[in-house]
Amino acid sequence: MQPYATARRLSAGLAANEFSAAELIDHYLSAINAANPRSNAFITINEAGARAAAAAADEARRQGHATALTGVPMAHKDIFCTQGVLTTCASHMLHNFVAPYDATVVQQLQNAGAVCVGKANMDEFAMGSSNENSAYGAVANPWSAAHVPGGSSGGSAAAVGAGLVPLATGTDTGGSIRQPAAFCGITGLKPTYGRVSRYGMIAFASSLDQGGPLAHDAEDAALMFSYMAGFDEKDSTSADRHDAWLAQIPEHGIGDLPGNLTIGLPTSFFAALDDTSHLDQVRRELEGLGHTCVDITLPNADAAIPAYYVIAGAEASTNLSRYDGVRFGHRCENPQSLEDLYERSRSEGFGEEVKRRILTGTYALSVGYFDAYYVKAQKVRRLISNDFISAFKQVDVILTPTAPGPAFEAGALTKDPVAMYQQDKFTVPVSLAGLPALSMPCGFAEGLPLGAQLIAPAFREDLILALARDFQRQTDWHTQHPQVAS
Amino acid sequence: MADNINIPHLARLARLSLDDAAQARAADDLGNIIDMIDVMQAIPTDGIEPMAHPLDATQRLRADAVTEQVERAIFQNVAPETADGYYLVPRVVE
Repeated sequence: MQPYATARRLSAGLAANEFSAAELIDHYLSAINAANPRSNAFITINEAGARAAAAAADEARRQGHATALTGVPMAHKDIFCTQGVLTTCASHMLHNFVAPYDATVVQQLQNAGAVCVGKANMDEFAMGSSNENSAYGAVANPWSAAHVPGGSSGGSAAAVGAGLVPLATGTDTGGSIRQPAAFCGITGLKPTYGRVSRYGMIAFASSLDQGGPLAHDAEDAALMFSYMAGFDEKDSTSADRHDAWLAQIPEHGIGDLPGNLTIGLPTSFFAALDDTSHLDQVRRELEGLGHTCVDITLPNADAAIPAYYVIAGAEASTNLSRYDGVRFGHRCENPQSLEDLYERSRSEGFGEEVKRRILTGTYALSVGYFDAYYVKAQKVRRLISNDFISAFKQVDVILTPTAPGPAFEAGALTKDPVAMYQQDKFTVPVSLAGLPALSMPCGFAEGLPLGAQLIAPAFREDLILALARDFQRQTDWHTQHPQVAS
Repeated sequence: MADNINIPHLARLARLSLDDAAQARAADDLGNIIDMIDVMQAIPTDGIEPMAHPLDATQRLRADAVTEQVERAIFQNVAPETADGYYLVPRVVE
């Protein structure tokens, strides 16, 4: 089996009878079992479920019901509920939670015949930028075990980056798909808010959370995305959209760009970097493809991290109030009273960062501070959104760095939450505005991958997917892989 | 504003119990986080409408018809303690 094969390559091999889904899953499961003790990318490896799904995929193909994903191995971030399979959200709070139903995303990928090998590690409740906040331990970056894979979808990104699966789901609240994609040298798409159903995706910050794909390249990301997206009546914020370009991806791939684009480069984002040479090269490649790059400003972007930590904290403190030791999840021993049951179950179940965010949100929502923090943050959110609306009157797409630098060393930022939060300064403004954005590999620093972020107007994932695809036809950053194959 | 954070009060509201060491850490961390957040206070926002939904969508309503099925047994399978279809908690009323 070719290491680091794309989903499209595996799909073609299955269609041509080069190998069966059962043979494929044997190969991937043995690679995962061999690698996981060092990588820790997986919280749960579901061998029996994967073999059964592979057998069903082979049968579906025999009967002529194969889709482009039938028999293709993939992993789910452990934030997606999987019926009958442990779903922990990397929290001790859910150490015993076997979901009684499937998330819509899980259902849709299963319907397409994709074979889920297991549940990927992550930061607890998706709160973190390094995957170090997992109750199941940290995850190694596939390029260097001493470095973090990014977060919160760190296990998903590390699994794809190491070639353990060609595809994985992630979720992105403030950068949790894009930043780990950049750190692991892969392509990750955060779709427009509302594009992918949040039903069965454990809630962190409901006005920001969005599921999306992690893959080796833009074509694979688009393929997976086309099976994840779609209106879902079970999600009250699901967007009722029927975009023809999206429906055509499984058969025809990403469509062509409508013509040459104008690409905006926010000056302050570039000025914040010590070294922009990797992005300068992206700019030259895009100009070589016929596009025009211009400087733009996003005047309120510096206020994005402050506004985000108020809004995300407030929504998290509300969403996580459901963990009470009564209906599911962790319950303390011998509770003496109802209050004792709540307090001890929550205090034992949640990790440090989750408690910090709950307390931050509780502060922002408390009497006397609500207007100064929560309402203020919502107003700043509108200003940031307006900045993008203004920018998109001049440009079609925006190019920025994904993260301030390459993956940092494990432990480097764990003692300083505020420094850790700055990791997301280029991704959070996009999240507040609900826009689609992807990260694609575009170079290396100290042997570690770097990412470029492309941002589009709402529901125009087609523009950034096509631009990334065209870039990847000209460059080979996305086909470079870690030396130590799994 | 960051100097008047009352950690025991916030912990109580959030139903978290923190020991002395954890309270001291939380006070430091939250102080730093709120200082970082306070940067946004300098931005003029008079007359700006607060944004609750990133795309300004409104709540979709469905027909007022029963769509749920009773799946109590399935959901109570993952509950820590149940009896006769009820969730059990410590005695509230003596």
